[in-house]
Amino acid sequence: MNIILTAIDYIYNKAKSNSLWPLTFATSCCGIEMMSATASNYDIARFGSEVFRGSPRQADLLIVAGTITHKMAPFLLQLYEQMAEPKYVLAMGACACSGGMFKNNSYSVVFGCDKIIPVDIYLPMCPPKPESLFDAILKLKQEIQKESLLTRKDKINSHISKLYKKENSEILTLKENMHVFTMGI
Amino acid sequence: MSLFYLLYIECLSFWKMPEWLIFIMWYIFNFILIVILMLLTVLFLVLFERKYLAFYTRRIGPDRAGYKGCFQTVADAIKLLFKENIIPKNADKFLFFLSPLIVFVPVLTVWALLPFSSGFYTFHSCCSILLFMAFLAIPAIGILFAGYSSGGNNFALIGGIRSCMQLIASEIPSFLVLASIVILSGSMDLSVIVKNQSGSILNWYIFPSFLGFTIFFICSLIIMNRLPFDFPEAESELVAGYNCEYSGMKFAMFFLAEYAMTFILSALVVVLFLGGYNAPFDFYITDCFNLSVILREIFINFEQFFWLIFKTGIIIMLIMLIRAAYPRLRTDKTLDLCWYIFIPLSIFNLFIAIIIKYMRGIL
Repeated sequence: MNIILTAIDYIYNKAKSNSLWPLTFATSCCGIEMMSATASNYDIARFGSEVFRGSPRQADLLIVAGTITHKMAPFLLQLYEQMAEPKYVLAMGACACSGGMFKNNSYSVVFGCDKIIPVDIYLPMCPPKPESLFDAILKLKQEIQKESLLTRKDKINSHISKLYKKENSEILTLKENMHVFTMGI
Repeated sequence: MSLFYLLYIECLSFWKMPEWLIFIMWYIFNFILIVILMLLTVLFLVLFERKYLAFYTRRIGPDRAGYKGCFQTVADAIKLLFKENIIPKNADKFLFFLSPLIVFVPVLTVWALLPFSSGFYTFHSCCSILLFMAFLAIPAIGILFAGYSSGGNNFALIGGIRSCMQLIASEIPSFLVLASIVILSGSMDLSVIVKNQSGSILNWYIFPSFLGFTIFFICSLIIMNRLPFDFPEAESELVAGYNCEYSGMKFAMFFLAEYAMTFILSALVVVLFLGGYNAPFDFYITDCFNLSVILREIFINFEQFFWLIFKTGIIIMLIMLIRAAYPRLRTDKTLDLCWYIFIPLSIFNLFIAIIIKYMRGIL
């Protein structure tokens, strides 16, 4: 049984890691670097991920490129929840990792997108070069190739518990605010 | 009856199988052959398009999966196969499941009508042009259903409506052009139309009706939703258009149908205007060698298949070049193009065809 499973895992992980389709989602200046990563000097297409999907249903990789404000946070959570299952998150830039230069005193910025959604790989820099984005994607690929279909389920469950059951965090307030924000729009 | 059918009967009657079983098995074999051919073409076309667009923008394109990225689309297919299937809470579930099939099955059916060579065509009909265009109109209905059924998603609904709108606009001029071809060849059968264009390059219908070729080519771009006219899936206006709520295998089905449609419509352009499976000169390369009669028949079929694929490839490369070069048109501009410019021009083209036919009758 295990032999079959490892064979399936090998092929599936190869396929998954070679076609990470990112979501078109950029909140600030790191988005410019992400765009130049797709253009001809750097060419993200070499890793098979130039297919930027507009709809979160078809995307595999959520590149959080830029500052997440409290106003944007509910929509980030919504986008993450709309994505279909083998989904990965890449926190790009210092703001998405920890709040960056807004960390000291800001009333409007979420200090790191891992307060809202589970992050698979962090890429701190302000802003990171396209080469370092590729480095992060390649490291994410290595992580994916270690995965197994059995352990993936536990990982999802732990992610869900992070999302909903965490106490004393911003998420609860965000969940309440989400209603207000969506009503406002 | 085609040569391959006779060979097939010879082979199977050797084992003394009943006749009805042989008859049914022939269609099953053809179906399997066409499905395999279609999957291979689509896998190749997607990879080729990504590489080709990369070539135009001075990029490298996919080169990590397999040797120089040759397994890129296979990797995409496996990933989409295993991806989670999300159904929106307030979706119309039956239509949501049905609409990828409504898009996919007619496109697959149409492959059976195309004469790939003088010996190999699956389904022979005296009005195969009409069947062809009728089947190719069905996917737009599937797209409309997909937009309607995906849980009140506005983007999807607008995409579906746009698909029907441009189908109606492009169908009338393309049918008028088809009428001119039918008048020129005197038949509605695709294989007869191809046979009438044999001989030399001057017999191809692109010369009497170049106007018709241009109109039909642009109309086929509109029917297959390629880039200057891809309103149902306009990424910058509607998030992902009609397939906004689709994920995993159902989305892959839409993707497959789109590329299969690209191939089959450019093959139809080749069959109607560029001589189909005929060689561009007045002899076949196979005739240069001294072969026995049966061997010559088989090799000529393969050569005709090669010429069809070769010409279709040129048309597809033209379509991809247009995709790389031009931005999306505005919707109302496209409708103006179809209703105000193409319909009068195609009626003019029809008159030219009638006059040419009449002159040929006199001379």
